[in-house]
Amino acid sequence: MSARLELLCQNLQNVLGDRIVGLKTALGEVTLEVAAAHYLEVARILRDHPDLRFEQLMDLTGVDYSAWGDGAWEGPRFAAVCHLTSISKNWRLRLRVFAPDDGFPVLPSVVNLWNGANWYEREAFDLYGIHFEGHPDLRRILTDYGFVGHPFRKDFPISGHVEMRYDPEQRRVVYQPVSIEPREVTPRIIREDSYGDAGRG
Amino acid sequence: MAEIRNYTINFGPQHPAAHGVLRLVLELDGEVIVRADPHIGLLHRGTEKLAETKTWLQTVPYLDRLDYVSMMCNEHAYVMAVEKLLGVEVPLRAQYIRVMMDEVTRILNHLLNIGTHALDIGAMTMVLYTFREREDLMDVYEAVSGARLHAAYYRPGGVYRDLPDRMPQYEVNKFKNAETVRRLNEARQGSLLDFLEDFTNRFPTYVDEYETLLTDNRIWKQRTVGVGVVSPERALQLGFTGPMLRGSGVEWDLRKKQPYEVYDRMEFDVPVGVNGDCYDRYLVRIEEMRQANRIVRQCIDWLRNDSAKGAGPVITDNHKVAPPPREKMKAGMEDLIHHFKLFTEGMHVPPGEAYAAIEHPKGEFGVYAISDGGNKPYRIKLRSPGFPHLAATDELAKGHMIADATAIIGTIDLVLGDTDR
Repeated sequence: MSARLELLCQNLQNVLGDRIVGLKTALGEVTLEVAAAHYLEVARILRDHPDLRFEQLMDLTGVDYSAWGDGAWEGPRFAAVCHLTSISKNWRLRLRVFAPDDGFPVLPSVVNLWNGANWYEREAFDLYGIHFEGHPDLRRILTDYGFVGHPFRKDFPISGHVEMRYDPEQRRVVYQPVSIEPREVTPRIIREDSYGDAGRG
Repeated sequence: MAEIRNYTINFGPQHPAAHGVLRLVLELDGEVIVRADPHIGLLHRGTEKLAETKTWLQTVPYLDRLDYVSMMCNEHAYVMAVEKLLGVEVPLRAQYIRVMMDEVTRILNHLLNIGTHALDIGAMTMVLYTFREREDLMDVYEAVSGARLHAAYYRPGGVYRDLPDRMPQYEVNKFKNAETVRRLNEARQGSLLDFLEDFTNRFPTYVDEYETLLTDNRIWKQRTVGVGVVSPERALQLGFTGPMLRGSGVEWDLRKKQPYEVYDRMEFDVPVGVNGDCYDRYLVRIEEMRQANRIVRQCIDWLRNDSAKGAGPVITDNHKVAPPPREKMKAGMEDLIHHFKLFTEGMHVPPGEAYAAIEHPKGEFGVYAISDGGNKPYRIKLRSPGFPHLAATDELAKGHMIADATAIIGTIDLVLGDTDR
């Protein structure tokens, strides 16, 4: 681990104390995990504290962990992952927060801290159905008008549920259940660690 | 007296100045924009979801189709994320080739942006000039990868193949006579590097031509100076990157601040703007093209020396990641197995997560890859630079005239393939 990453971890430890649920450094990146209840407070500290100064929210995304490792996942299903950048300190941080309720995932919105989060949260809402409390305008963004469901959830099929066609009799576009068969050319496989030449992936 | 109400108009989804399929709902007070609400997603193809159903290698061509005017840069961020997870080393020659092609891509992207931006706000000539130069660079793309647009040239562990020794030639047909063909083929007699060097010699003059057309052009300045002003603080708040951020005077370039590949060996300057308006962003892009030209020249020098020494490999020799050479595959049992496994099952990426970001021509293009150890990604998130820029349209356009909406769409360098993913 480089000295700068160590310094960042040290600063995070000092500033956040027991609000940290997990702090990990891997592949040259620092990942911080906090509880949903502390999310907003931690985000504000990350932005404003002179030892951290994460002025920019680069990315915010939802993740659905339910299919992880062929069903090996235990714990909450949905998470929001933020990638923060500090222009003045020149370091990056990944902030992960799990939504406590799998059935109705709710997380506080960080729009007021980083205005750029607006569309990212709309996207996470659209694709994963994570509700961001305090978001001024939580509409769907990428999917069609009137779309039903959250397409990036792992239980949503790649072909979708409905397809669209022109109906010559009604003389308009109609929706109907999908007629294509799901097809998987290469199955998804997770090999044991010792498979092939161990350690080389 | 009649009550005065705001008027709402629909800009797009099919509008020549919308750069694709953008629907912009504009609320107007007379001719002044009160609110701009972009409706995106008309080009949403679910690339991230598709990536979850494809092997790690099969995802590469999808990346070309995101920002379809800077193809190789998209691939670059993705292969960097995969390489980070795998922990493979990229041969030095491949790194130089990548940097060179990234800068060629940057020129391609900025040429398109400046040409179409000028076209949108009334300067027809620009696009004719910039597309002339784009043609040469498209030929470079074609020569290295076999495709003018969707290259799929970068692969985890290196690049697909080495640079070609000869350029494809024009042939006489009913549209081009022998004299024209001879003139067109003049620069194409040597290798790809010779052709590209010839281009870099010509290119600064071309940029001067663009500048004579636009930089001091009174109409161009009337349309861009003071339009879409962003302060540095707001730019950071809104998540701007690339020329949009530098135009506001924030000196932030990943190639300098967090160098990847061999950018730390390159000599180049990072231009920054002062006022943060459309005009400054245009100036930043013009200067970036000149700097990109400089970087390409440095790469050509290095690659040429390396070729003279017999050229190193361009892709890793770890055959769990990259296929073995064809001749070896035909003769060796183990290589045959590697080849077979790689193209049926695909590579296995150790569990973990990685975020790799590059300085894409439009800003920071990041790929956040999560692997659970399978032969397919668990989740790929593409951080496209155009997304936060377009999100800020409302703030940029508010208070401007309706005609400035096109200037603002032009300046954020909008490509819907990249925004919608």
